[in-house]
Amino acid sequence: MRPLVRLPGAAPLLLLSSLAVLGLLVVLPLAVVFQQAFSKGVAAYLAPLADPDALAAIRLTLLVAAIAVPLNAVFGLAAAWTIARFEFKGRTLLLTLIDLPFSISPVVSGLVWVLLFGAQGLFGALLQAWGVKIIFATTGLVLATILVTLPFVARELIPLMQDQGADEEAAALTLGAGGAAVFTRVTLPKVKWALLYGVLLCNARAMGEFGAVSVVSGHIRGLTTTLPLHIEVLYNDYDFVGAFAAATLLASLGLITLVVKTALEWRFADELAAFRRR
Amino acid sequence: MPLEIKSLSKAFSRYPALSDITLTAAEGEFLALLGPSGSGKTTLLRILAGLEQPDAGEVRFRGEDLLAAPVRRRGVGMVFQHYALFRHMTVEQNIAFGLQVRPRASRPGRAAIAARVAELLDLMQLDGLGKRYPSQLSGGQRQRVALARALAIEPRMLLLDEPFGALDAQVRRELRRWLRQVHDRAGVTTVFVTHDQEEALDLADRVAVLRAGELVQVGAPNDVYENPASAFVFDFLGEACRLEGVVRDGRLTVADWTTTAPADAPEGPVDLFFRPNEVAFAPADGVGVGANVLAAAVRGASVKIECKVGEQVIELQGLGQVPPQALTRGARLRFTPTRYRLFAAAR
Repeated sequence: MRPLVRLPGAAPLLLLSSLAVLGLLVVLPLAVVFQQAFSKGVAAYLAPLADPDALAAIRLTLLVAAIAVPLNAVFGLAAAWTIARFEFKGRTLLLTLIDLPFSISPVVSGLVWVLLFGAQGLFGALLQAWGVKIIFATTGLVLATILVTLPFVARELIPLMQDQGADEEAAALTLGAGGAAVFTRVTLPKVKWALLYGVLLCNARAMGEFGAVSVVSGHIRGLTTTLPLHIEVLYNDYDFVGAFAAATLLASLGLITLVVKTALEWRFADELAAFRRR
Repeated sequence: MPLEIKSLSKAFSRYPALSDITLTAAEGEFLALLGPSGSGKTTLLRILAGLEQPDAGEVRFRGEDLLAAPVRRRGVGMVFQHYALFRHMTVEQNIAFGLQVRPRASRPGRAAIAARVAELLDLMQLDGLGKRYPSQLSGGQRQRVALARALAIEPRMLLLDEPFGALDAQVRRELRRWLRQVHDRAGVTTVFVTHDQEEALDLADRVAVLRAGELVQVGAPNDVYENPASAFVFDFLGEACRLEGVVRDGRLTVADWTTTAPADAPEGPVDLFFRPNEVAFAPADGVGVGANVLAAAVRGASVKIECKVGEQVIELQGLGQVPPQALTRGARLRFTPTRYRLFAAAR
């Protein structure tokens, strides 16, 4: 590690103020969520979670993430590979397009699907004729989630792959490896940590996404409400304990992501250090 | 000849990288591709490896069309400039890679691979480093791992891209000698790229000098050094001094010195090239090219004299035989190049 710049007296002051800000803006609200959820005891906390609608929301959230995250992992890998390894016209445009979901409001990301596939949408009549339902159905939720979480994996991988270059792949080729072997034995292991981080972040966002999903969901209880939407429904019904109980699940998901990330970093510290020292 | 390169050309979008290269290498030969950066030497090496495709030309290896074969079937071992070791694998895994990715039918057994790895670790003097990751090795050690990895597949041809480029001078010299030994023991045809003339001249059986994508001269190191075909080769192959002169009616004139021109000298304006240490000094009233001393540096018996001939500044080297008065700034001295070459000048 590079030695940090030393300013006498400044370090403790900065540390204290950072901790104060983090405590006030992150830890305190999070603590309130748990406090509210358990405010009427453990039984009152567990009851709304056992509700069939809540269980359906949990299942739906997991299903949407289980579809969207792997697809975005594959897309992210492919996009990063294309951008990092090839020079072509429109490369910058592609990079900008990948970033687009970051810069537009999630509500818009939801709305575009309604405009395309909604009853009044561009393909609405056609879909109706075929009896295919996208908006107010799981498909719409998945599409909206994919769009919103599109950049996460690609964004983690692109700078890394650009930095690493393709020499190792070229070396593997000269040593007799075929395309598949180069990918599974060289390219993938080289980026596995960045890929994992990207997937973790992507997953956290996919499960927590509200805006885009809200637009395409239609809020049909037990059918198209994901966990964040379920929380909103309960909250609007003045069921505060229920809302906060469900919220603890989402908050825990964030904490688990953090713990998994830290645990992986700790478990593979040597290997990670070996990568960085290059 | 086992390696035959015929009329090979390659252009990148705008500029030609290689034009009409014809070159051969004998079985077990150590061939150096020498040239400044941008001369196309690395492109040529990458074409041999299969990592680039030429626009025109032919490459045959033991009669077989090498260009038709995909990279993985060429059986060439390549050592990359920055080694390109697999960073997520240990030294042992790196070396074993080429054997492990073979199709099942031709893949050696686990024990055979381990034995081969151990043998290479020993040959490369890497004993005890097998379990380390590349990031835990020094530059010289990484270089040897890269070489071991390339040799593990028992290549038909070994390609080295600036193998010592990233090492410091002392490690470089040591590895150079040792690489030659490894080559002699393995007996594999080797082509290596370098921009360091000393490296090429020391190490190679034959040197091919490239410039701006063209092959300028090929020959044994001493041959090329002693009989450079052009001013560029003379200049590139060692320290060189250049003076402008004129050849007229069999007489060569350089500044205020006139002598009989060699029989094969080109008529008209010429560039006279000589090595800075191949000069004879004379006092100011003697015979030779007159020069004004700008600076002199004495280190033991060797002397470096920076001096001005007309408007041209050159640096001469002397060993003991320099007249003492020539070592003062502003002094006038005379010298004659004892061996020189004349090239027609484009003036």
